[in-house]
Amino acid sequence: MPTFDLSVTPLREFNAALHSVANGDNDTAFEVVNPRGAHALAVGIDKPLSVDVRGSVGYYCAGMNDGGSVRVHGSAGPGVAENMMTGNVTIEGDASQYAGATGRGGLLVIKGNAASRCGISMKGIDIVVHGSIGHMSAFMAQSGNLVVLGDAGDALGDSLYEARLFVRGSVRSLGADCIEKEMRPEHLEILSGLLDRAGADAKPGEFKRYGSARKLYNFNIDNADAY
Amino acid sequence: MCGIVGLFLKDKALEPQLGALIADMLVTMTDRGPDSAGIAIYGGGAAGRAKITVQSANPGADFAGLAEALKADGIEATVTVKSTHAVVDVPAEKLDAARAGLATRPGLRVMSAGESVEIYKEVGLPKDVLARFDIAKMGGTHGIGHTRMATESAVTTLGAHPFSTGADQCLVHNGSLSNHNNLRRELVKAGMRFETQNDTEVAAAYLSNEIAGGKDLGQALEGALDDLDGFFTFVVGTKSGFGVLRDPIACKPAVMAETDQYIAFGSEYRALVNLPGIETARVWEPEPSTVYFWDHEKAA
Amino acid sequence: MSYHNPLTPPRRSATFDDYTMAEIRRAAATGIYDIRGGGAKRKVPHFDDLLFLGASISRYPLEGFREKCDTTVVLGTRYARKPITLKIPVTIAGMSFGALSGPAKEALGRGATLAGTSTTTGDGGMTNEERGHSQTLVYQYLPSRYGMNPTDLRRADAIEVVVGQGAKPGGGGMLLGQKISDRVAEMRTLPKGIDQRSACRHPDWTGPDDLEIKILEIREITEWEKPIYVKIGGARPYYDTALAVKAGADVVVLDGMQGGTAATQDVFIENVGMPTLACIRPAVQALQDLGMHREVQLIVSGGIRSGADTAKALALGADAVAIGTAALVALGDNDPHWEAEYQKLGTTAGAYDDWHEGKDPAGITTQDPELMQRVDPELAGRRLANFLKVMTLEAQTIARACGHNHLHNLEPEDLVALTMEAAAMAKVPLAGTDWYPGKPGL
Repeated sequence: MPTFDLSVTPLREFNAALHSVANGDNDTAFEVVNPRGAHALAVGIDKPLSVDVRGSVGYYCAGMNDGGSVRVHGSAGPGVAENMMTGNVTIEGDASQYAGATGRGGLLVIKGNAASRCGISMKGIDIVVHGSIGHMSAFMAQSGNLVVLGDAGDALGDSLYEARLFVRGSVRSLGADCIEKEMRPEHLEILSGLLDRAGADAKPGEFKRYGSARKLYNFNIDNADAY
Repeated sequence: MCGIVGLFLKDKALEPQLGALIADMLVTMTDRGPDSAGIAIYGGGAAGRAKITVQSANPGADFAGLAEALKADGIEATVTVKSTHAVVDVPAEKLDAARAGLATRPGLRVMSAGESVEIYKEVGLPKDVLARFDIAKMGGTHGIGHTRMATESAVTTLGAHPFSTGADQCLVHNGSLSNHNNLRRELVKAGMRFETQNDTEVAAAYLSNEIAGGKDLGQALEGALDDLDGFFTFVVGTKSGFGVLRDPIACKPAVMAETDQYIAFGSEYRALVNLPGIETARVWEPEPSTVYFWDHEKAA
Repeated sequence: MSYHNPLTPPRRSATFDDYTMAEIRRAAATGIYDIRGGGAKRKVPHFDDLLFLGASISRYPLEGFREKCDTTVVLGTRYARKPITLKIPVTIAGMSFGALSGPAKEALGRGATLAGTSTTTGDGGMTNEERGHSQTLVYQYLPSRYGMNPTDLRRADAIEVVVGQGAKPGGGGMLLGQKISDRVAEMRTLPKGIDQRSACRHPDWTGPDDLEIKILEIREITEWEKPIYVKIGGARPYYDTALAVKAGADVVVLDGMQGGTAATQDVFIENVGMPTLACIRPAVQALQDLGMHREVQLIVSGGIRSGADTAKALALGADAVAIGTAALVALGDNDPHWEAEYQKLGTTAGAYDDWHEGKDPAGITTQDPELMQRVDPELAGRRLANFLKVMTLEAQTIARACGHNHLHNLEPEDLVALTMEAAAMAKVPLAGTDWYPGKPGL
């Protein structure tokens, strides 16, 4: 298993190595030591590789991940797994703001807390946070599922489209056009599947579901206060 | 835009290393701000004494005869020159008089005044600015560092942060205010003086003005949430304390770490990675619109 | 004998003119701001107020033909491993599939390729058609991130991080329900037929210090191959250009208020942002102050209409220009051929700007399958190529007359101004004088 020590090896070399893995290569499991908060680590993976990062990372770790499995044994800076296409990213510690931003697919699991703007503009990604999330999470979230075992901060789901939000703890406040919705069997099933895959210790029945009231879908002057 | 670092020591055994620790944190933030850098170090104050840090573009000419000039005004001063800055040590009761006197001398800029703080700032990369003033050899109780990428005002020594807002008080800022011009006009009317077009200088003067009007630092920072418009992460230093405030939108980054030995702040986690015990530190991000404050004079 | 007083002619107010009163009535009736496409329509100081000083005795002109006037421009020399070489210094600005029909985008690709220049995707992502038809394609990276994916990032020739555009600096994208067709909805991951709401800031970075890290990420994903452009709307061009350079851009794209949009509030277009002419010198000054002029290239857009505009922008220090509205007009937008249909829409050829409604008779700013057929991509592409070639020839003619063998050798000193405003904005003397407002040393 190739190990890269970022205290001596440039980031470019590591990312280039990930990108040059060919179909059928033997070495598809990578390890990174001494990341020390480096930015843009393991970005642009486009094969089913695995990357274990021993330590904490900076911004945009696993950005645009497409098919890779990335595990950070530490915390992640802003924008972890941003625009992920498919694959898995797991953060053992906490994640900073914009976790999973604009993600289109795949599963992002944060074992600790995520900060503000978790799942901002999400476009199909599934995000499961074992801890709590900060303010403005799921802002303009278009599709995908955000599951939070802890609490959510202010303005959850502001200007929400069709993404599904499941929160077990309290929600400090809801954003524009975001309302609590009925939990139906199909939602419990989705939630159950996600909790399983995320190794989360919670039961679907403990969650509330939030979604778009769809009043901002076509402009109506009586809703002007929301803008 | 910028990088901010801060360190507030709980463990006195680390005090001799304060400068070295902050210097390392600041150099890591160089990418965020290549234009200029500045540090405020709190410490080394002797009982009954106070310090004024001054800067000059012509140190040879402007620092010569400084001690004698102050003596002529009845102020016993020792002057220690460090490159383009000089630390003027005076009896505590003469602080205001000395500061007023120094402010009128040609070519001198007052960077800081107080019993404990020394502020050094210059144009250039952090590692060069730090080396110039030998920051890595300084000890102290707490300190703040800043490295700047100028947004709307000029890249000058004076434009660098920290900005001194009052005795032993200083402020660094990451972000961009949007109503600083109007605020500056009001503060000018209230008697505050400005040397730059910098938005951060306005924030610093705002806090100073509020404190001069009777508020404590925490209250002044709470007021800032209402009166300042724009994006900001502030780190503020006082004689014995250290504060952090993020605006309600909280887009500009902020990471904190706490152990038994210290409280640390960085714009990025990278800035904290070399601190002792960081692997087991409690690492968190300050909430928006919330004043965080730690003080050596209050119970830990 | 009684004196017959002639009737006093009715006097209209300059403040409350016909447009203004109609707009107040419209707002009162509908309760919503007016949304339209295009750029600022009001008259502002522009390139028409500048003239070139051709050669005479103190300088000598170049002949045509063998005395070459080179027009190539290379973009992305600062960091990109694969800079882009364009045959002409005129590019096609970003316009989205969604805002424009598929055939229109194809026509742009064909025309640009024939002329040896690039096109740019817009706020909806990259289509296979555009990648197929456009030899050099710049991929926009916008706040919305609609359709953003690493495959397209890697098959682009350059990447343009859009911070803003001239029509609405500080605003985000907008596409109303009428144009969110099945295909557009799928590309943008939106329900069909709803109004697309806009984000005005990027979702995962704020400020040039964070932008620097975002650019690093994009470079790492694309092996540092592609030039990274940063596009800004003209508001504080000096600071914005300096910060784009400090954040690591290869190219700065600067769009003045005459730059068009598919749809936004009219009040935004007409009242926010600066004329293109006012933006260029501050941006060039920032590059020069940082020692980066020509190392970081500057592309100027917003109301570029001809080879004369191109030559003037280059003379003021730009490396290239981009056209949007002019390209659409070349394709057939607002053509008098459709006048009867424009009249039915309550407008006239040349004034039609309700592009957000998706009813464009010319078939360009619409998703209607029947209207789209009116654009023949090959013919329209040919028209665009013709126009681009004329622009280039015009610029060359002017440059040769000023004695230059490369368009980049045009200088501000080749220009004079006709008005005080243009003189002040371009820092170019009033014709026949050596003075402009704000000239230092007086």
